[in-house]
Amino acid sequence: MTKVLMSGNNIIGEAAIRAGCRFYAGYPITPQNELTEYMAEHMRTVEGGVFIQSESEIAAIHMIVGASSAGARVMTSSSSPGISLKQEGISSMAANELPGVIVNIMRGSPGLGNIRPSQGDYFQATRGGGHGDYRTIVFAPATCQELADLTMNAFDLADIYRTPVMILADGMMGQMMEPVVFKKPKPRQYSEKFMLRGAGQGKSKFIRSLILDAIDMEEHNWKLARKYQIITEKETLHEEYKTEDAELVIVAYGTAARIAKGAIKRLRENGMKVGLFRPITLWPFPELKLRTLSKKVKNYLVFELSTGQMLDDVRLALQGYADIGFHGRPGGVVPTPAELANVAARHYEKAD
Amino acid sequence: MAKKLFSRPKSLKEAGFHYCPGCGHSITHRLVAEVIDELGIRGITIGVPPAGCAVLAYNYFDVDMLEAQHGRGPATATGIKRALPDRIVFSYQGDGDLAAIGIAESFHAANRGENITVIFINNAVYGMTGGQMAPTTMLDQKTTTTPAGRNKTLDGYPVKVCETFSQLKGPTYLERVTVNSPASVNKAKKAIKKAFQCQMDGLGFSLVEILSPCPTNWKMTSVAACKWIDEVMSKEFPLGVFKDNMAAVKKPAEAAS
Ligand SMILES: Cc1ncc(C[n+]2csc(CCOP(=O)(O)OP(=O)(O)O)c2C)c(N)n1
Ligand code: SF4
Ligand SMILES: [Mg+2]
Repeated sequence: MTKVLMSGNNIIGEAAIRAGCRFYAGYPITPQNELTEYMAEHMRTVEGGVFIQSESEIAAIHMIVGASSAGARVMTSSSSPGISLKQEGISSMAANELPGVIVNIMRGSPGLGNIRPSQGDYFQATRGGGHGDYRTIVFAPATCQELADLTMNAFDLADIYRTPVMILADGMMGQMMEPVVFKKPKPRQYSEKFMLRGAGQGKSKFIRSLILDAIDMEEHNWKLARKYQIITEKETLHEEYKTEDAELVIVAYGTAARIAKGAIKRLRENGMKVGLFRPITLWPFPELKLRTLSKKVKNYLVFELSTGQMLDDVRLALQGYADIGFHGRPGGVVPTPAELANVAARHYEKAD
Repeated sequence: MAKKLFSRPKSLKEAGFHYCPGCGHSITHRLVAEVIDELGIRGITIGVPPAGCAVLAYNYFDVDMLEAQHGRGPATATGIKRALPDRIVFSYQGDGDLAAIGIAESFHAANRGENITVIFINNAVYGMTGGQMAPTTMLDQKTTTTPAGRNKTLDGYPVKVCETFSQLKGPTYLERVTVNSPASVNKAKKAIKKAFQCQMDGLGFSLVEILSPCPTNWKMTSVAACKWIDEVMSKEFPLGVFKDNMAAVKKPAEAAS
């Protein structure tokens, strides 16, 4: 298979089209415009491809809701402020059990913030984000190869579980260039019985989340909850890096995990046995995997481009099992591996 | 044997409407269903009900339907139509849904000339939530959120959707009708049929605005509500065709084929 050199945003677009995405709607926002533009350029070259520049992120998400119900593989993308606007539709997709992929190339927020990298949307992404009791599968790629692979996987999981799946990255990942290999997409597994295509001669169908009967409403929510339970049991992904002999493990995802690998290299050169635990799915969070690691390693440092969001999930996994430190920079300024190495070294020594 | 002159349209399910007596939604539902029957498009039609009194429209229309969030119908319908261009897609919306929270989605679907049909129920109030001010509420009209009457300085003016959209190049067919008398019901049906025909012929965006009685929230009898449409509402919202480009759009299309 041939390797190609592409930037992160373009990789997501190419992977989506190869995975059979045939409907994309989006509204421009930096730092993900290259993705929207990639879809504009390439959707018109594939049969049945639809690209719409919508009037807003709200319209975009509801367009993909419609196209998903009609049976298309759908995607929309945005960055933090736009993802806030999409929450109504994401909640709707979860409730109506409609598959689709949402890409958030995070920027420094709250408010308008700026376009520099941040991981401030972790809570929004992993706690459902919109109203109601639902969850969204969240992938946090850390390399261009993962952007390609996980984007393809996202479409498959969205179909299998009939639920929205989010790719959570940041401006740095959107812009960075690395060689990638696009894997062969799997054939789509999604039954026509879930699609609205007109009743033909048969019985008409409808898709809705308004359930007026209290007991039916509760049962629908339990049904979603059972689905989320299965996803939690089957779909967590993580990477462990140099944890075999580690005395300290840094827990980080996405761009922060890349910085952490740089820091670990320095620390190990100085004789400190430091490893990395990198969640690849943020929801479901690889909680049990992390707890299992705590049988071996008792000292952890959570590192995020936020003031501490994933930290909550690490605490849920490790509180009472291990020592947990935290280092965060709330977006905008990207810390260097050297900075993190200094912090980690202090934490490493503290435990002795 | 007596000839059957009146029966339930095939595109309506056997369910009884939950609408109040004298409500324009019931009449309009029936008209839309009759048109779907007459055009023979039940099997290829996909409808999008709103948040509003017609939120349960999928319990009535015997066609495939996808719920939309409040105001988002035209975006949702756009998604369906673009994914399945040979299906007939309609969005059914109230005035709050279309002209307040969903004005961006409806305006831009119209402006794109999206090949969908919008059935727009203008009843000058928010029916479902209990009679609050709608963007189409008359000046001085009392609602639960304009207890002293709609005040132009504080609340602005009734929003005229057909007039506004007619300024756009995108839409193909825009008509305002009412359903307050047998004659007006017949006219409304013709307009709805034309709107669906417009879509079937691939001519682009069509919208029929229906001045629709809401006796409950207007706090009137059904008869008085019908009269109020003639005497008050249709003065602010004149009936008629605001745009009909069907012939002009058709010609170049035909010339090309
Ligand atoms: C985001 C959101 N805001 C508010 C509501 C509550 N709501 C439901 S219907 C409606 C207004 C309905 O009025 P209209 O569109 O005029 O329809 P009608 O009931 O008069 O036919 C409102 C405010 C909602 N469902 N969703
Ligand atoms: S409240 Fe008004 S619009 Fe709603 S069903 Fe009753 S009459 Fe119809
Ligand atoms: Mg209304």
